Amino acid sequence: MLKMNVVAAKASTFNRSGAGTRQVDDPVKLSSDFFEIFSIPVAWQVERSHLDAMYRKLQQEFHPDRYASKGTVEKRLAVQTASLINQAYDTLKSPLKRAQYLLELKQIDASQDSHITSDGAFLMQQIELREALSEAPNAADPFAALDGLRSGVESAYSQQQMDFQAEYQCDNYDDALNSVAKMQFSAKLLYEIEQLEADLEDQ
Amino acid sequence: MALLQISEPGHSPQPHQRKHAVGIDLGTTNSLVATVRSGMAEVLTDEQGRELLPSVAHYTADGVSCVGYEAAEHNVSDPLNTLASVKRLMGRGLADVKTFGDQLPYEFAADDGGMPKIKTVAGLVSPIQVSAEILRKLAGRAEISFGSMLDGAVITVPAYFDDAQRQATKDAATLAGIKVLRLLNEPTAAAIAYGLDQVEAETDTAPQERIIAIYDLGGGTFDISILRLSKGVFEVLATGGDSALGGDDFDHAIANWLRVQVGMDEDLNPIEQRILLETAKSAKEELTDSEQVELEILDWKGTLTRTLMHSLIDGLIDKTLRACKRSLRDAGLENLDISNVILVGGSTRTPRVGEKVAELFGKQPLCSLDPDKVVAMGAALQAEVLVGNKSGDDMLLLDVIPLSLGIETMGGLIEKIIHRNTTIPVAKAQEFTTFKDGQTAMAIHILQGERELASDCRSLSRFELRGIPPMVAGAAKIRVAYQVDADGLLSVSARELTSNVEARIEVRPSYGIGEEEITSMLQDSFSHARDDMQARALREQQVEADRMIEDLLAAIYKDGDALLSDDERRCLKVAIQELREVRESTIEHRVLARQIESVAKASEEFAARRMDASIKSALAGHSLDEIEKG
Repeated sequence: MLKMNVVAAKASTFNRSGAGTRQVDDPVKLSSDFFEIFSIPVAWQVERSHLDAMYRKLQQEFHPDRYASKGTVEKRLAVQTASLINQAYDTLKSPLKRAQYLLELKQIDASQDSHITSDGAFLMQQIELREALSEAPNAADPFAALDGLRSGVESAYSQQQMDFQAEYQCDNYDDALNSVAKMQFSAKLLYEIEQLEADLEDQ
Repeated sequence: MALLQISEPGHSPQPHQRKHAVGIDLGTTNSLVATVRSGMAEVLTDEQGRELLPSVAHYTADGVSCVGYEAAEHNVSDPLNTLASVKRLMGRGLADVKTFGDQLPYEFAADDGGMPKIKTVAGLVSPIQVSAEILRKLAGRAEISFGSMLDGAVITVPAYFDDAQRQATKDAATLAGIKVLRLLNEPTAAAIAYGLDQVEAETDTAPQERIIAIYDLGGGTFDISILRLSKGVFEVLATGGDSALGGDDFDHAIANWLRVQVGMDEDLNPIEQRILLETAKSAKEELTDSEQVELEILDWKGTLTRTLMHSLIDGLIDKTLRACKRSLRDAGLENLDISNVILVGGSTRTPRVGEKVAELFGKQPLCSLDPDKVVAMGAALQAEVLVGNKSGDDMLLLDVIPLSLGIETMGGLIEKIIHRNTTIPVAKAQEFTTFKDGQTAMAIHILQGERELASDCRSLSRFELRGIPPMVAGAAKIRVAYQVDADGLLSVSARELTSNVEARIEVRPSYGIGEEEITSMLQDSFSHARDDMQARALREQQVEADRMIEDLLAAIYKDGDALLSDDERRCLKVAIQELREVRESTIEHRVLARQIESVAKASEEFAARRMDASIKSALAGHSLDEIEKG
């Protein structure tokens, strides 16, 4: 999947790293998974207040500001470590990303674009929801229309999450993957409802 | 308890050597410098006891003649060589400048599509140079007050500043010879200055967490930030604003009304423009206390009432309120969830602003600290922690990236890689493959902004990954890694995984200035003779080398047995010994820097193992209850 401009050029190695420049290194390789970083069991259920508290605790210790008077190596490492903690937190607090990550730990690629649900009825319903979204701005009360749409999608989203949890718990990963695909549709739709609402309010 | 920290966090190894750190508010209209004395933040004054420094530099044929109040006196008599409000130009391109350039009376010269330079009698002057002059003046004020050199500074930027604008600010500090401890977002600095974390610690009845809105209307920028404060951790939830809207626009709106009243046409000369602006500004200030003001320009006389002024500026204030609503939505909050509203920036002195903000959030904003000083004071408090004078155990700032980062894809579209309001530091990686058989290079164009089209976003950098071995289409695997540090600055690296061809690049924004240009500017500058610079650079590298040796020895002593093989330990010892020898013998700072970099490389793996081990131990042995109680 190449989505970039292509430049034909002769082969020559490009390397401008050096002192004083901003450079990026590979992230710290930790043997721990995201759940281990937060000292919580690998499971769908995550207690948000626990996660938040431990996140703050970890950043209190590893944020680059804590290393401001340290040497170059430790500063650079702190940036990488804090980035990793942020990524772990971001993944675990989002239901969709957490579900994808749980499957990834089982060597199943559930990232975007990689699969699509084959549930025809579900896809039909998605098309209808999208039509409703595109018509919402023309409704007599667009905000009420969006609110109605949102509460429908939200309840579908939480049902999909419960489905995922049940399927994941009994190692039924094919169905779990399918539920993640549906969750992606819902999450995207919720995001677009928010965006549209923001645009309407700004007008 | 972190394994990496040899001394206790926040305590410097030599407790008697107090370091000199300042917070600098580099403002559009005025700038300030503050420091912490006996635990209190205070703004440093000049010889005349003045706290503000107008962000103005005056140029003559010989270069900078004066900075600050003295420079501002040339506003009317010599407008083209009196450079003010350059913060609006920092990190911007000529196209941006054109959109508000009519409000600045300067003549611009664009060189190679970069940041526009201003034509003066002293030649072309970059906004970065003007900012450096202001910073240098403030640093000088601090050094006189301390009676010694400055060890570091926290410099504030609007939260809304993009990568190019942040980099330009950092470049200005480099040019002024100031060590930047951190670029801090202005609203976050304001929240620190109000000591809301202290209130939280002292009262048991205080809520578990509170949400703070910081409404910052400066001369040229507007920022709104929504912060969550919980157990000493300030977490930025959302930030928004407009980097080209400020109190100056109130003045321009009033000046424009005046122009119509007086009957001048739109084509004003710089002096007429100044007169209208000065009159507008003083009228606005007078209307803070009185209901109406009598005005006189040339042979025109008239009255401006407060109500009329409101009608001129309400549209601008409403624009800021819309940004507030958007940020609340980004944070997933309602306006009534806000526990405190803080007003920052001189333009919030206009009472109409406070009224409308109170209306939106349903509560009276906090404004007990001088809105002009609050940012510098907060920056000073943070500088004190970062320089190592004060333990920062109880305070931490978690900032977010204000605008999404992405790359250009086919058809001129943008694919977002890091979304706005993501907590920083943050790292992301992506994999790409080749599109044609035998393709040996790939161009990557990095942008920042929220719009769909690449052409509508800020271009940060273009680079090419070359030397990909020819393969069939789709066989190469190119991994592009993005890292945004705690200052909000981006760096990018790309690597072809099957051949390990690497491109490490420094993202110098297209609108920035090059490393070489900075060096030549430094050499040209009067206050930094070449020898001084060399000596200073060598001294900095020596300090770095000493610290590295000390840190590494302590780390080996502590964790060497557990984490290093005998061979690895020997290699590190040899590297340390070599560094020690070079440090003693060389007078070339570059030679020492290279040696430091090589020891850094040699010890990277060890440092990573220690970080890994300490992450694992950070939460071990603490019960959940204990952690939640903090």
